[in-house]
Amino acid sequence: MPVEIEGLLKRFWEGDRVALSRIISLVENGHPSSLFVLDTLYQHTGKALRVGVTGPPGAGKSTLVDHLACQMRANAHKVGIVAVDPTSPFSGGALLGDRVRMTSVNLDEGVFIRSMASRGSPGGVAWKTLEVCEVLDAFGVDRIIVETVGVGQGELEIAEEAHSTVVVLVPESGDSVQAMKAGLMEIGDIFVINKSDREGADVAKRMLDSALELKPVKNGWRPPVLSTVALEGKGVEELHRKIEEHLKLLVTSGNIEHRRRECIKAKIVDILKNRIIEFAWEHNKLNRLIDAEVVSVTAGSSTPYKSAESLLREIGQ
Amino acid sequence: MERKVRVLVAKPGLDGHDRGAKVVASALRDAGMEVIYTGLHQTPEMIAEAAVQEDVDVVGLSILSGAHMTLFPRVVQLLKAKGVDDVLVVGGGIIPEADVKELAKAGVARVFGPGSPTTEIAAYIRDWFKSSERASV
Amino acid sequence: MDVYEKIREAEKKWRERCKPAATQRDALFETISGDPVKDLYTPCDIEGLDYGRDLGFPGEYPFTRGVRNNMYRGRLWTMRQFSGFGTAMDTNQRYHFLLDRGQTGLSVAFHLPTIMGYDSDHPRSIGEVGRCGVAIDSLEDMQVLFDKIPLDKVSTSMTINAPASILLAFYICVGEKQGVSSDRISGTIQNDILKEYIAQKSWIFPPEPSMRIITDIMGFCADHVPKWNTISISGYHIREAGSTAAQELAFTLADGFAYVEAGIKAGLDVDRFAPRLSYFFNAHLDFFEEIAKYRAARRIWAREMKEKYGAKKPESWLLRFHTQTAGCSLTAQQPENNIVRTAYEALSAVLGGTQSLHTNSMDETLALPSEKAVQIALRTQQIIACETGVANTIDPLAGSYFVEALTNRLEKEAYDYFERIESMGGVVKAIDRGFFQKEISDAAYAYQKKIEQGKAVVVGVNEYVIEDEKIEIPILKIDPEVERIQVERVKALRARRDNDLVKRRLEVLKNAAGGSDNLMPPIVEAARAYATLGEMVDVLKGVFGEYKERPIF
Repeated sequence: MPVEIEGLLKRFWEGDRVALSRIISLVENGHPSSLFVLDTLYQHTGKALRVGVTGPPGAGKSTLVDHLACQMRANAHKVGIVAVDPTSPFSGGALLGDRVRMTSVNLDEGVFIRSMASRGSPGGVAWKTLEVCEVLDAFGVDRIIVETVGVGQGELEIAEEAHSTVVVLVPESGDSVQAMKAGLMEIGDIFVINKSDREGADVAKRMLDSALELKPVKNGWRPPVLSTVALEGKGVEELHRKIEEHLKLLVTSGNIEHRRRECIKAKIVDILKNRIIEFAWEHNKLNRLIDAEVVSVTAGSSTPYKSAESLLREIGQ
Repeated sequence: MERKVRVLVAKPGLDGHDRGAKVVASALRDAGMEVIYTGLHQTPEMIAEAAVQEDVDVVGLSILSGAHMTLFPRVVQLLKAKGVDDVLVVGGGIIPEADVKELAKAGVARVFGPGSPTTEIAAYIRDWFKSSERASV
Repeated sequence: MDVYEKIREAEKKWRERCKPAATQRDALFETISGDPVKDLYTPCDIEGLDYGRDLGFPGEYPFTRGVRNNMYRGRLWTMRQFSGFGTAMDTNQRYHFLLDRGQTGLSVAFHLPTIMGYDSDHPRSIGEVGRCGVAIDSLEDMQVLFDKIPLDKVSTSMTINAPASILLAFYICVGEKQGVSSDRISGTIQNDILKEYIAQKSWIFPPEPSMRIITDIMGFCADHVPKWNTISISGYHIREAGSTAAQELAFTLADGFAYVEAGIKAGLDVDRFAPRLSYFFNAHLDFFEEIAKYRAARRIWAREMKEKYGAKKPESWLLRFHTQTAGCSLTAQQPENNIVRTAYEALSAVLGGTQSLHTNSMDETLALPSEKAVQIALRTQQIIACETGVANTIDPLAGSYFVEALTNRLEKEAYDYFERIESMGGVVKAIDRGFFQKEISDAAYAYQKKIEQGKAVVVGVNEYVIEDEKIEIPILKIDPEVERIQVERVKALRARRDNDLVKRRLEVLKNAAGGSDNLMPPIVEAARAYATLGEMVDVLKGVFGEYKERPIF
């Protein structure tokens, strides 16, 4: 049976989770109908607030997310969880093992968990993830937790798309230092030392506290450092409170609106960029023109810069 | 970009032997598929719900404890009840030949017993996927 | 030139003479664990071996050659077939069958609900009742299980971990009912929770309370059940999950040392509980590697117990073990071949000096053992014992250049692992990090790749395959009625017993769990009142919580 978009959308609006799931897939796979679908859903987005949870592997993010989702449910919020894991650069496949740990909420009607693979293009992932969030948003979800492994550039971008970003670290020596190196200090709105019952937790907290003191206060928010023991659910209530506090501040300060505008702009620019290139590729047979220019440059009769200028003029026509 | 095959590898029931399930999961990843592993001690309800949320193309069930005749058909039943009837359901573990036929009737398309090469499993899934309608989604 | 240099020179010259004809087959010359094996071993490979220091005499430190000075000359290993299915009645019948056929000890296989702490009528038990072991929900079932089996004459090993305390309590009560006091019953409970987190994965509670239950059992048995082995520190499952021989050796011993440390920390005198710690190893296919493994295990344990933990009694230094032939080495294709595999594996266990042995049945890749298959498995042991002559002398392979070299190598590999585990802060922390699980997972995957690439041969599976073969052996089927019968039984028990008494006993158990009193007495009391296993586990879960898995790839 070919995908019947109208039927699927109808069931989606009726709250059918299978339809939700299938639409997420259409979007994730860049199915020809996905632009239409995203377009249709767009006006129904804007309600859901996104919480990013990132940190090195083994930090206990998934367990923390599981507990966090419980807290959100206690607030009668509908929750969506998007767990992103890296695609293997060698095989193109991925092992998505985050949902395993979300045992408290995996049968909760008010929680929807979706595992996503980065599929190779770290930059691209950010958009795809955002689009999946839009679908969840349109479905009626109040809070979306996006869990990523925070070690690469791409992951940082995903994290930036979140309204509130939680960085999860563990007390093991060097973890905090790694975090600073990886740029996580810049994007974190809330820092968590998980497995804080382990040795070195106090030291790690102090290190983070002092590092954060040097950071300028952004929009009236000083990032706190919290301690949790996710496996036992310790400290999660406090974490949830802080997240809600931060989200509230973003809303009341108008920051959310500002970011939404930035995001819309970036989205339009991105779509345009892609479409323009697509168009030029098709329309002007850009590929072949570029090949010709490469020959010129290697022959010494042009430079990459001159070539690009000349091609631009071509396209402009 | 090539459409990735999504597979759920699940351990229904109380059986804690996950060597095979994990080896298969790793092998399918190495074959370019996206594998969601459910972990141990899953009820059929948890498995069906995960299959729905992850919109998988394939559900792989592994049991070595002899409880397959109850648990595998139950998963298939639940999938159907949720309106999912186009996924491939396969199984593995300790399953005597006589049960394989019964399971096929209950909707488990293929059983990969001990000694099944993971390359065979990956190829089977690929072939099925190519000719299934899910490939166009 | 000393003796070794002379031999080295001579070997060099021999290799020169061999050159034109010394071709090698196209095969992997390594152990099944991946360690390279030379074409020839000479005295040079064990240069420095000191008989007194490294081998010693049987029954004496360092016990490399065996834990008893008369070994099989005095008494053969116990032939103890792991067994259980259906209801207690079904299994009792199988036990009588096995005892009649010459088995010398019992070994109980429980069904998954019992293993995981659920009664047969729990929703999680649906489809599982009696399928891979015997259904035991209460003392009542236990009484039926041992009907007409005198507990003062037969020793019993019970493969049970998280709820081991409860099954031990049931067993003690059955003994009581037979008039056999707890100081006269003998046997083993597996009770090795660390390896559950690492490999077998039949856990219930988190690590800390689980360790407390174990030390409680150790303390209780030291006082009341002196002939009982309180832990069977297991490597079998670690190996089955895919580890190498060195990993099996190292991880198992590391677990053992962790229990010793826990016992000492709990205030117990090491010489009081160490003599009752026992081990359980796998007997895999690589013949010589396994023999070396057992010998290395004995030497390492003896040394560490004496020198690191300061145990004074020789009984604390000696490593006694049970062995099971490797289930994971069996094939579903041409199952009769499994008889042969099991025979070689069993032989290596005997040559390695095992105290007790279980041989797998040929049909276990298809179902639980049929009578025919388990009889052959038992006969395999009896033939080794009575016909091959290997039991005539102690540790016959000692002095073999190859075997001693392998023993030394495995010992070194184990110590390398011990160092790594130390650096992580010990076993429990390493488990938390997923260290063991990852090593095992990686080894399992590497081995599978070797098979699929044809580098490792599995007869009947990737070589010597028979297309469209027909299975011509009987396959045991579990009657689905078993579930209905057992569910009715447990419901009837709950209706019949003194429920007020049960309630009170469970309350006492709950309080003990919340405090620091030894848990065994209240568990035994609750068992006597016919509280069910599930009820007792639920009480403990309420206090201790449940363990959550962290799957590692």
